[in-house]
Amino acid sequence: MSDIRLPSLGADMDAATIVSWCVAPGDAVQKGDLLGEIETDKGVFDLDSREAGVVAALLVAPGTKVTVGTPIVRLQEAVPVPTAAAPEAPEAPEAPEAPEAPEAPEAPEAPEAPEAPEAPEAPAAPEAPAAPSALAAPAAPPPSPSPHHPHVSPLARRIAAEHGLDLAGVTGTGVQGAITQADVARALAARDDATPAAPTGAPVPTPASAHTPATIVDGMRRAVAAAVTRSKRDIPHYYLEHDVDLHAALAWLARHNADRPITERVLPAALLVRATVQALARVPELNGVHEHGAFTPSSAVHVGIVTALRGGGLVAPVIADAQTHSLAELNAALLDLVQRTRAGALRTSELGGGTISITNLGDRGVRAVHGVIYPPQVAIVGFGAIADRPWAVDGMLAVRPVVTITLAADHRVSDGIRGAQFLADIGRRLQAPEDA
Amino acid sequence: MTQDEMRALVLAELQRIAPEVDGAALDGARPLREQVDLDSVDYLGFLVALHKATGVDIPESDYEAVATLDGCVAYLLAH
Repeated sequence: MSDIRLPSLGADMDAATIVSWCVAPGDAVQKGDLLGEIETDKGVFDLDSREAGVVAALLVAPGTKVTVGTPIVRLQEAVPVPTAAAPEAPEAPEAPEAPEAPEAPEAPEAPEAPEAPEAPEAPAAPEAPAAPSALAAPAAPPPSPSPHHPHVSPLARRIAAEHGLDLAGVTGTGVQGAITQADVARALAARDDATPAAPTGAPVPTPASAHTPATIVDGMRRAVAAAVTRSKRDIPHYYLEHDVDLHAALAWLARHNADRPITERVLPAALLVRATVQALARVPELNGVHEHGAFTPSSAVHVGIVTALRGGGLVAPVIADAQTHSLAELNAALLDLVQRTRAGALRTSELGGGTISITNLGDRGVRAVHGVIYPPQVAIVGFGAIADRPWAVDGMLAVRPVVTITLAADHRVSDGIRGAQFLADIGRRLQAPEDA
Repeated sequence: MTQDEMRALVLAELQRIAPEVDGAALDGARPLREQVDLDSVDYLGFLVALHKATGVDIPESDYEAVATLDGCVAYLLAH
């Protein structure tokens, strides 16, 4: 028996609203399976399970806002359970809840109090385990209890809900038939063509989200503001920049890509990420987290890729264990994560847990970007535009593609000399890209 | 496939990545990346989507030829 708690998706998140559940008591789940959706200031994310087991009870009803760390799903070990017994299981084990009380269940209540209207709902969950399970079926809108229903991106679901579109009639063209934002847009266009009269039908019952595009942007700005304010208040940043000639790296990459189909083509950005990850192995004081007054270095490199959303705002999905990825794997992960971030199809396990961040504004033409560290991380690496610049080679003036790499790092944890060594090491690695 | 059909296909793939794009407002002779905010990830995603829809694999050495909407449509039809 264990509880899945609301995960933290970053320093800028302290609570989330449970939008829907797509599992019910008695369902077996594997690590990585979709449990439901949660909504933070940064949008709606698929909540995937970080452990395997059988759902014993859903502890929080859809529409309820809870703080990070609140138990939201009770799992029991995946032993064969008679189906009939499953729904009742949650009630017996309810007793052990008491000892935990001081720790978690109170969390949602305290912060919730000022937001009066929701307060009465929150406590309902722990007290009456039967209620949430009963609620789950009618309240979870399109998802059937089957774990094999086609996946719907949160963004697609939201747009469909706003327009009262029934997703059952939508054909998915995403991965494994997933319904994407574009599929919903097509279905809406087709429907609107068919029925010129304004669709005034009541919106499909959904997500407790009252978010309009404007409030989503407001929430996003609030979340970014909270993170950067905390960063600039708590972290004494120091900044370094280093220019690197990419002549060899880009020539190598052009040869590398010439032999490959477009689906395996590697972006210069992946080469830069790869060199950064490799160089980090030698500078442990730049990779890890600083919490409760102490720095904990990480041997694994979990890289947050700072990604701008089209509607404004930032999300930093994480490539976990990037040090184990080949160049091809890093490139694929980078493309996949950035595209899904912009499509609103991220999973909660892909957010949070970063040990360093990379920001790349090069495509927008800036020469250099001086990043703001994402707490509790201690460093952020920035890449500007790769641009032809005059460059001295063997005493002669040449024109070379040059990039300015920057580092903003936490001076409580490292000194400038280590940061300088790190940037120089990235530069050296980019002179021998074939080793990547 | 006619030129109009190909143009519609290219625009549809572009709008999947950049939903704010208004096909009628695009200048077919100007580079897309000057008119639409596409970073290198978006742009490669766009070309991969065109490849999946048409079977045409656009090598990096031909990026220049497909930089504009008109060029892109002509290139895909020719290959």
